[in-house]
Amino acid sequence: MTKITMMVDGAKVADDVEPRTLLVQYLREQLGKTGTVVGCDTSNCGACTVHMNGTSVKSCNVLAVQADGAEVTTIEGLAKDGELHPVQEAFRDCHGLQCGYCTPGMIMQSVALLQENPKPSESEIREGLEGNLCRCTGYHNIVKAVQQAAGQSEGVNA
Amino acid sequence: MTQLEDRPDVQPEIGRDRRRKEDQRLITGRTRWTDNITLPGMLHLAMVRSPFAHAKITSIDTEQAKASTNVVGVYTAADLGESQGVLINAWAITEDQKAPTHLPMPGDRVTFAGEIVAVVVARTQREARDAAELVDVEYEELPAVLDLKKAAADEVLAHPELGTNKSAFWKFDSEEAGTGGNVDAAIEKARTDGVVIEREYRQQRLIPAFMEPRSTVVDPTGEQITMWSATQIPHILRFALAATTGVPESKIRVIAPDVGGGFGGKLQTTPEEWLTFCLANKLGKSIKYTETRSESLVAAHHGRDQWQKLTLSAEKDGTVTGLKVELLADLGSYVSLVGGGVPVLGAFMFNAIYKFPAYQFNCQTVFTNKTWTDAYRGAGRPEATYGIERMMSELAAELDMDPIELREKNWIKHEEFPFTTVAGLEYDTGNYEAATAKALEMFGYDELRAEQKQRRDAGDRVQLGIGISTFTEMCGLAPSRVLGQLNYGAGGWEHASVRMLATGKVEVVTGASAHGQGHETAFSQIVADRLGVAFEDVEVLHGDTQIAHKGLDTYGSRSLVVGGEALVKATDKVIEKAKPVAAHLLEASVDDIEFSAGRFSVKGTDQGLAIGEIAAAVFAAHNYPEGMEPSLDSEATYDPVNFNYPHGTHLCAMEVDTETGAVKMRKYVCVDDIGNVINPLIVSGQVHGGLVQGIAQALWEEAVYDEAGTLVSGSFVDYLLPTSADTISFDIEHTTTPSITNTLGTKGVGEAGTIASTPAVVGSIVDAVRHLGVNDIQMPCTPERVWKAIQGAGDGGPATEGAAMPHFDPDEPGTDSTEGAGA
Repeated sequence: MTKITMMVDGAKVADDVEPRTLLVQYLREQLGKTGTVVGCDTSNCGACTVHMNGTSVKSCNVLAVQADGAEVTTIEGLAKDGELHPVQEAFRDCHGLQCGYCTPGMIMQSVALLQENPKPSESEIREGLEGNLCRCTGYHNIVKAVQQAAGQSEGVNA
Repeated sequence: MTQLEDRPDVQPEIGRDRRRKEDQRLITGRTRWTDNITLPGMLHLAMVRSPFAHAKITSIDTEQAKASTNVVGVYTAADLGESQGVLINAWAITEDQKAPTHLPMPGDRVTFAGEIVAVVVARTQREARDAAELVDVEYEELPAVLDLKKAAADEVLAHPELGTNKSAFWKFDSEEAGTGGNVDAAIEKARTDGVVIEREYRQQRLIPAFMEPRSTVVDPTGEQITMWSATQIPHILRFALAATTGVPESKIRVIAPDVGGGFGGKLQTTPEEWLTFCLANKLGKSIKYTETRSESLVAAHHGRDQWQKLTLSAEKDGTVTGLKVELLADLGSYVSLVGGGVPVLGAFMFNAIYKFPAYQFNCQTVFTNKTWTDAYRGAGRPEATYGIERMMSELAAELDMDPIELREKNWIKHEEFPFTTVAGLEYDTGNYEAATAKALEMFGYDELRAEQKQRRDAGDRVQLGIGISTFTEMCGLAPSRVLGQLNYGAGGWEHASVRMLATGKVEVVTGASAHGQGHETAFSQIVADRLGVAFEDVEVLHGDTQIAHKGLDTYGSRSLVVGGEALVKATDKVIEKAKPVAAHLLEASVDDIEFSAGRFSVKGTDQGLAIGEIAAAVFAAHNYPEGMEPSLDSEATYDPVNFNYPHGTHLCAMEVDTETGAVKMRKYVCVDDIGNVINPLIVSGQVHGGLVQGIAQALWEEAVYDEAGTLVSGSFVDYLLPTSADTISFDIEHTTTPSITNTLGTKGVGEAGTIASTPAVVGSIVDAVRHLGVNDIQMPCTPERVWKAIQGAGDGGPATEGAAMPHFDPDEPGTDSTEGAGA
């Protein structure tokens, strides 16, 4: 067992973990952060995407011990003081989710994408979300949501 | 007591693009996926699965696994005996259908790679999985049947004890049914004085690939045994558990909490559910099983997998005279829940929107040693639509007619509805002319045809093709009597109840079980309109057999058109019950009470009461009519009188690089007629998502097995789900002809995009290179296949179909993906 300490969604946590524990397993099983989910076992789907020290990572692809000392933000820590993050709001407004399983990862990746490139083109959005799979939406409204969050469109208001 | 006239802000909920009620939880991670559930002392399962497609189990050594730290037990079929139950087939398509016994965990022989042979119970998931690696199973490999056509020849048997691989042969003949003429006569006649198109198409095997892996938790510690499962069908699951395990139905509670997509893939009763149920009961402890993605791809059911032999006859002016369909459908190694019923659902759809005077459908279901198949979005209808839409374009090419003009010549005109088809269905409403006209205009059809001609004339490296799909489908499964005639094991009704709470809130209980569709939102809109209450005041409850005690769940584009109609009928009963109470409280005659916008008023006066006030009065029960029960709560069970028939026109423009075979979608336009729309935002999501699944069949997805029967596309590295970078934004619109078989005038939309899009996409690629001698490219249309098709034709080599090479060496025997490549 290895002792690790990190900041998760603004709270300091410390635990002993098996060295093989993945960050996503630590988040879900030990911290109860079940908002972050597992969709595959080959790091293709991106459902487990979180932010580590300000950049997006697939938390199934990071060992918990690698996150020792890190600052981690999950989907559960994105809204502040009950106010949704603009990307969360845009996903709802543009109907960028259906079953919602890919959504935590998709939102976290979209936030990171907009941090790196605040005014992305449609193709930059599509390239930037390539590592996150969605089976429900066909991506159409997800792209619109990111555009709306970037202030480029009014979304799909009918 | 507010009058509606005083509330100019009130607008009808139906038709409004309400943001979804579901989303607040989902976008903040406050979710209730089955795998999130943790119970005190919960144990975990890991499955030991066969690596062989067909093998005798000669021994299973579990000692080392049992000795591992924190392992509670390791079980084989011999340990569990009959307590593991059995998996059912709900639809024996013929009286003499052959079906092997489907145990959750067989003891003697495995019949596909991925089948469970032992199960480990441990205190943690990781320890269970580690120990599963230590279970030593000895197998004696048996010859496996992997190729569908070879399977039909019965040379090697998937289940030797059955004596054949053929499960059932199902036929519909329009002459025998009295719905049309003799198809063979029509074809023979066309051979002499008309035109006959004969093609063979491959519907490759697909994997539903819902994003949430399947998970099951069973808690046996209460009076009711509770199962949480990532399922589309909690009610059917409960029934099947009771029917096969001997546990009374009343002692089982099934909950489908948040469910992360299904697409038919969770329309199943699974070995994993049965084993979790069995072991939790045996050990008296809560148990969880969550599959890995790799397990999901290999062991959750697959979809499609057919060969379609199609013969279409027509007169020389393009008037169709007959259609004959001969299908081979791969069941995989078992007849699963719906099983052979999936291709049979296509039987009524091959004739589509066209007026065929003669029609015959033949389907042979066949066993192979592969993962079992069942419903995948569209289930039978995408296959049928693909077949007929490709054939109509082939006929147009043969006659050198515009494919739109050819379709128009043969489709049912809008003034001809209701129309009884050659397959015996009555299409209630539709307007193919209107949808097509709108789609052509949005698409810029004439301009794109002009550009196509210009590129052809110039011999451009990049050619342009236009694909067309003027589809219809039958949805809203299903009238129970029709299901009875088809020998299906259950009905097709749906149940709803409406509870009027004392505080003015309304609880709606539905037997439909959403897994991403947005029922909470859409159903709230319907109830808000019918009862005149606020959208926010309606709570929709579902997916728990103890709350929604009765239902037939969600699949077949049924939730709105069947479940929504049940809801309408239940709300109507609430209003009828409230009327005498209103009359009593207002001291008026019931005949003078009118109900409008949530308010019961006395005709010709300004006196009235809001429905919430009546609900509160009934709750208090201090003053209500003599002889009446003090309750407004109502329920309804609605059995649909007919299917309904969404339709639409889908147009795809594709650029094909003739030197590399690469394809690039340039534009996709669809105009769907789904009747009245409850929530346009939700509809748009259903259409977009449906389109991409259909497009993915055309371009990317295929479950590929190697010659040993191993699924080589068994992870998301190899099974090509489309990404955001692979896809484009779509132009979608609607025309509206309300259905006349339900109160709301709605038609299903959940499967439409998937059903329609595949032939439009493949058709566009073929259209781009037809002048190079190509008339077919096998799906998925990879650059390699497109390139080889062009080369084959260019060389004047084998027929195009033969040149439609898949990924692997065609000389290699038994490779599924090469089926027909050299035929």
